[in-house]
Amino acid sequence: MGRSTTSKDAQALFHSLHSAYASTPTNLKIIDLYVMFAVVTAVIQVVYMAIVGSFPFNSFLSGVLSCVGTAVLAVCLRIQVNKENKEFKDLPPERAFADFVLCNLVLHLVIMNFLG
Amino acid sequence: MARNSCILVLASVLLASIASICASAAIFNPISDAHRSAALEFFSPSDGSFGSLEETYEALRTFEVLGIEKEPIIRTSVCASVADTLSSTSSALKDLFQALRVNRILKCELNDKAFAGIVTRLKDSVNAANSLLDFYHSIGGLMLIKDQTSEVDAHLGDADRIFRSIKALSQSDGRWRYSSNNPESSTYAAGIALETLAGVVSLASSEIDHSLVATLKNDIMKLFDGVERYDDGACYFDEKFVDAHGHQDPLSASSSVVRGITAFATATGESLNLPGDKILGLAKFFLGIEIPGSAKDLYHQIDALACLENSRVSVPLILSLPATVLSVSRKDQLEVRVNTVLGFAAPPLSVKLKQIFSSGSKDASVVNQELKFDPERAVHVLEILPENVDVGKYIFSFEISLQDPEHKKRYMTGGRTKVPVYITGVIEVNNAEIAVLDSDIGSIELQKKLDLSGENDVALSANHLQKLKLSFQLNTPLGHTFKPHQVFLKLRHESGVEHIFVVGNSGKKFEIILDFLGLVEKFFYLSGKYDIQLTVGDSVMENSFLRPLGHVELDLPDAPEKATRPPPQPIDPYSRYGPKAEITHIFRAPEKRPPRELSLAFSGLVLLPFFGFLAGLLRLRANLKNFPRSTVPATFAILFHLGIASVLLLYALFWFKLDLFTTLKALGFLGIFLMFVGHRTLSHLASVSAKLKSA
Repeated sequence: MGRSTTSKDAQALFHSLHSAYASTPTNLKIIDLYVMFAVVTAVIQVVYMAIVGSFPFNSFLSGVLSCVGTAVLAVCLRIQVNKENKEFKDLPPERAFADFVLCNLVLHLVIMNFLG
Repeated sequence: MARNSCILVLASVLLASIASICASAAIFNPISDAHRSAALEFFSPSDGSFGSLEETYEALRTFEVLGIEKEPIIRTSVCASVADTLSSTSSALKDLFQALRVNRILKCELNDKAFAGIVTRLKDSVNAANSLLDFYHSIGGLMLIKDQTSEVDAHLGDADRIFRSIKALSQSDGRWRYSSNNPESSTYAAGIALETLAGVVSLASSEIDHSLVATLKNDIMKLFDGVERYDDGACYFDEKFVDAHGHQDPLSASSSVVRGITAFATATGESLNLPGDKILGLAKFFLGIEIPGSAKDLYHQIDALACLENSRVSVPLILSLPATVLSVSRKDQLEVRVNTVLGFAAPPLSVKLKQIFSSGSKDASVVNQELKFDPERAVHVLEILPENVDVGKYIFSFEISLQDPEHKKRYMTGGRTKVPVYITGVIEVNNAEIAVLDSDIGSIELQKKLDLSGENDVALSANHLQKLKLSFQLNTPLGHTFKPHQVFLKLRHESGVEHIFVVGNSGKKFEIILDFLGLVEKFFYLSGKYDIQLTVGDSVMENSFLRPLGHVELDLPDAPEKATRPPPQPIDPYSRYGPKAEITHIFRAPEKRPPRELSLAFSGLVLLPFFGFLAGLLRLRANLKNFPRSTVPATFAILFHLGIASVLLLYALFWFKLDLFTTLKALGFLGIFLMFVGHRTLSHLASVSAKLKSA
């Protein structure tokens, strides 16, 4: 009994979450998808390392950090682009995107240097 | 190593014995091609000349004597220099003389007028001269002019007076002073003076007073009384005088005297009655130098020998042996060559082997055997060695006798010539045996025959109460007992400690008995295996050997407390330069790599989220509708994307091959471009969205 209510509650929670998310603007959804893509790629690399070992360690680090860094930058972009965030109301999304591109280029310069 | 040291010992013994024999007899070889190549090396013209006129003359004279044709190369430049010197009124007397000497050989085309002017100058300086060198140069110059041209009269009117004034510089011992106010006398000056006086005699327009010539001959005899002599028969004139030009060595002094006496003998046409052995000794002295170390010495040597060869005094004949080491086992023939000093053929003569001295004993055996002349090779051959000549060192005494009695006056053979000769041969080794004896009664415990011409490997064992005996016989090819220089027995312990014993000979037999009881102390009480090695060597023994015989197992008592320890073995000095132990490099072991398939699978797996991302984009219906449509912004947008792509491409290149500096430089330019187009694109987008908003 209790168990079915819990699952029903959970279902209801998920449903409400899903319907709430559906109203999210498409551009934010794209960013979310991009974050998911980056995080999953990072997870795959970590799994690989767990299976075969950490050699060459710097390559592993740069691969994972590239993904994680990209994800973090994308999250930052999302924060800045989101209209709900009053803090960044005056910041045009184009400016935010320009920051995102610049940061990514700098990040990947470091990553490439570290790749070995 | 041990073998090498033994060979060294053998070689030094050989050298020492050669040196000891050379003290009494020596071989002098006539001038050969070695001198010609040395002359070409010493006198090599640089820039078409040999340097000063004096050096040029020395070079040309040496080449002339040795028969080397080298004139055309330097002829033009030297002739120009000769003409310059002769036509100049300010050139020194010495330079005039040297120029005339060079001209005698080169025969440059000079006009007689120049000669006439020089003759007057030279005659004036003869009259004004007060030093020997002034006389020498001016009279020498006149002599040369007289020889080179018949147009000019170079004769001296008052030859007697000049003769006397030169003679006034002579000393009582036959040497001369350079000038009247210099009391030092010199042998070199004597040679110059004799040459000058010879010039005066031949330039004299009337006969020179005969008594003057006679006194001069007396002076020459006195000069020859002071000749120095080496043990091997070589004679030379020593020079004690040191002048401003430095010390004249015996070579130049002797050379000068030889030039002087030969010139004088030629000029007077008289016999000087000089002792023949001294003339031959002088020739031997010049030849004994072999190849001198400097150009000047070579000139003195060659010029003096040429004077001796062509002189009226007496022509020395030199006996030489092509080979002085003869093998009786190979039946080598003794060959003797007789030449003049310059290496030309001697007149018909016969060579006799008169005596043979054995190096060991004083007594000589008289042989009196004539050598057969081989006209093709111009050698005298002794076909069969005398019967009593066994292996060893000998001194052969030869006598040259000329066939033509006329030649006997002209040629100087110097009596008997003694030459050291080595007769070598294969020595026979017989009755070699090694035995272990019991000490008290001397009974033979174990005896083994040895073949010392082949390999041996005996295995013996003995204790300290026993003795080791080794005996063998050595016979020469003629069957006599042979006593080599070195007969050593060496015992070598495993630890490297060596003991060397000299094997003595008793009568016909070589024998050594090692009584181990007395040797225990010397052997440092070291029991164990000793290798036995026998060395028999001599310079005339063709089959000298150093041979391992095997080993003996010694059982010696234990060392008492106070016994001396064996000396530490010296480290082989050659090992320091030998190869070192190979260096092995330790590399880090390669990291464990995953299997190839797994890595490739994960590479593929990493692409999956990307495809997921694309699929998600499709599902969200993402589109490019916002992409600018009008030409200019669209161009900038495309350029913006191309710019980002090129930066990523640059990163890829950075990873593959570029270095950081190149990358940063390119990145700088790309960054500026990207900023520009990015700014244009994004501001366009911003303005579009602002318009939308306002609308």
